[in-house]
Amino acid sequence: MLQQIEGSRAIAETVARCRPEVVCAYPISPQTHIIEAIGAMVKDGRLTPCEFINVESEFAAMSVSIGASAAGARAYTATASQGLLFMIEAVYNAAGLGLPIVMTLANRAIGAPINIWNDHSDAMAVRDAGWIQLFAETNQESADLHVQAFRLAEELSVPVMVCMDGFILTHAVEGVDLMDQELVDRFLPPYEPRQVLDPDDPVSIGAMVGPEAFEEVRYLAHLRQLDALELIPTVAAEFAALTGRASGGLVHPYRLEDAETVVIAMGSVLGTIKDAVDARRDPGERVGVLGITSFRPFPIAAVAEALRGARRVVVIEKSFSLGMGGVLATDVAMSAPWLGQRLVTVVAGLGGRPITRRGIEDVIERARRDDLAPLTFLDLDEGVIARERARMSASRRSGPFAENVLRDLGSATEARR
Amino acid sequence: MTEPTATRVHFYQVGSFAVGNRLLSADDRTVQSNPARTNSIDSGHRACQGCGEALGARYALDAAMRATNDRLVAVNATGCLEVFSTPYPETSWRIPWLHSLFGNAPAVATGVAAAMRVKGRDDVRVVGQAGDGGTVDIGFGTLSGMFERNDDVLFICYDNEGYMNTGVQRSAATPPAARTATTDVVGPEPGNVFGQGKDLPRIAMAHDIPYVATATVADLHDLERKVERAMEVRGARYLHVLVPCPLGWGSASSDTVRLARLATESGLFPVFEAEDGVVTGARRIRRRVGVEEYLRPQRRFAHLFNGAGRPDVVARLQAMADANIERYGLAPDEEE
Repeated sequence: MLQQIEGSRAIAETVARCRPEVVCAYPISPQTHIIEAIGAMVKDGRLTPCEFINVESEFAAMSVSIGASAAGARAYTATASQGLLFMIEAVYNAAGLGLPIVMTLANRAIGAPINIWNDHSDAMAVRDAGWIQLFAETNQESADLHVQAFRLAEELSVPVMVCMDGFILTHAVEGVDLMDQELVDRFLPPYEPRQVLDPDDPVSIGAMVGPEAFEEVRYLAHLRQLDALELIPTVAAEFAALTGRASGGLVHPYRLEDAETVVIAMGSVLGTIKDAVDARRDPGERVGVLGITSFRPFPIAAVAEALRGARRVVVIEKSFSLGMGGVLATDVAMSAPWLGQRLVTVVAGLGGRPITRRGIEDVIERARRDDLAPLTFLDLDEGVIARERARMSASRRSGPFAENVLRDLGSATEARR
Repeated sequence: MTEPTATRVHFYQVGSFAVGNRLLSADDRTVQSNPARTNSIDSGHRACQGCGEALGARYALDAAMRATNDRLVAVNATGCLEVFSTPYPETSWRIPWLHSLFGNAPAVATGVAAAMRVKGRDDVRVVGQAGDGGTVDIGFGTLSGMFERNDDVLFICYDNEGYMNTGVQRSAATPPAARTATTDVVGPEPGNVFGQGKDLPRIAMAHDIPYVATATVADLHDLERKVERAMEVRGARYLHVLVPCPLGWGSASSDTVRLARLATESGLFPVFEAEDGVVTGARRIRRRVGVEEYLRPQRRFAHLFNGAGRPDVVARLQAMADANIERYGLAPDEEE
């Protein structure tokens, strides 16, 4: 039923209809509304049978999920940013053990400097953990991806992370068509674990593995990711047949058919990019968009296919690897090596900085004129950078640089008054 | 008719306090005397000769299996017990067993217990286990959380007073003056410093959980009884078992049980039980010994006795033992 609903609430309602049996939570913005809502549903008996456990840290939240999943329960948790980093050892462990936990990641920047707003640094930090990572463009897609996530996770015995932009999606109220219980039940069968802790059939899980077998065990985990490349489109197609919605899949191409310039991105910024592309299309410019839904596994073949006719590619990403550059762009470059210097990275939206349609149109225009550096930072205030560099040169003890920048911006504001 | 003897019957003719199973009724015999026992941790594992942890874990888990009618899941922290029992492709575990990480065994155990509860399998019980590092140090946060929520888990700490798996480094359970690889016997205060460390059984009691107990591998009947008592209770329970480590302590592998006994008989390791945060019983010392008798066979304390020795340090350790005896009322009958 279509309703105006906050993104977090839509996720909570949808996850509840996936019948999770153990939900473990630790509060961190901007995912708190999700677990608050699920907690209330368990407490008032609307979601039953389900154990809702308030734990003392994200590390415990993922650890409880590991225990619950290994004991055969459908397990769900949610986190963001620092919380994801605090649980990172258990994040790797859940994947290494092949436990089909589903987690919402309400994407948020990582400190220092501490910042609660949206970018993709947290998801990138666990890129290699062995989780499937799906990025939602809208709250509708995020809700739908959660239902698909449990299917994917449990069929493959691989944990799945649904990434949705913090605040931009989690706190946005918009129309979402929530699947009813009967529809979810038709799509998502009960969890049948591949391995389970059972006194009637004892197994050891988590044994020490030495050099004689470690590579094979890791390769098998890699193969399951490759299997996911096959399964993700299949599940999305089945979902589309059931609901009529094109949520999920590996990539979302938009107006790509004759595009010379292709903009690539993940998450909610795709909506803004599409608006910008529509505006450029009107005067006849051949520009299109490729949204990446599945970041891990990375759909190398699908991306290569989508970029076959492209003359230039702009990857707009909300994170970067310090000292190197684009993370998503590196994967795109691996997928379409013939692009060479015709692929550029634009880092944008860090720490919640708005990405506007005008900014993206400007990027597209500069790309068309081949006027973009290989690594460009959108809306970077060069004056602030230069002044702090000058302070650092002038004095050994120039002080904490984030605070210097804030003071600089404050005085600049004063000066304008 | 002769008068009953005024002397209480003592079973320790061999000086070990051991009670032969043949002297006990069938119900009082150790689980290990039953050929049909589970062998939860089976033979063939790779523990060192004389390993106290292997001994303690075998008795504790088989007792837990008997107490739960074989409906048991074990969760293990990283550490010696995990490493010596599972090098691929062998496993010594004949019960469902899960190892996740070093610092999260209590939380993983919570998850297993939650799964069993939600599935209506309340008959399946959960034991979490770790060494002292996994319990008092890196796993302390998750352990305290499990206690505070009163989750239905028995957590067993096999305390060998250091990080033995990584090569004998100091933990917050390492006693003062003990040599470890990170508290070397150099400088004016050789070995581990005084005034640090955690008394985890008392910290556990401060959570007001229903059952806390300590035990050693010197009294395996007592260990089994406490496991069984713990399994009669629902909620968070904690069992702290002293398990001497020949490698880390620098002791003879044949001295494991003797050292555990001397730890209790000197008062350095108090053996007691507590319910709902209140001590309900303590095992009295039978034949009190000075701490020196316990310290001397261990090379980790050798610097206290070389040359002129360090009688001042020994006296401080003796004062700690005396304080334990006072706190828990451990003094033998004769001294009262």
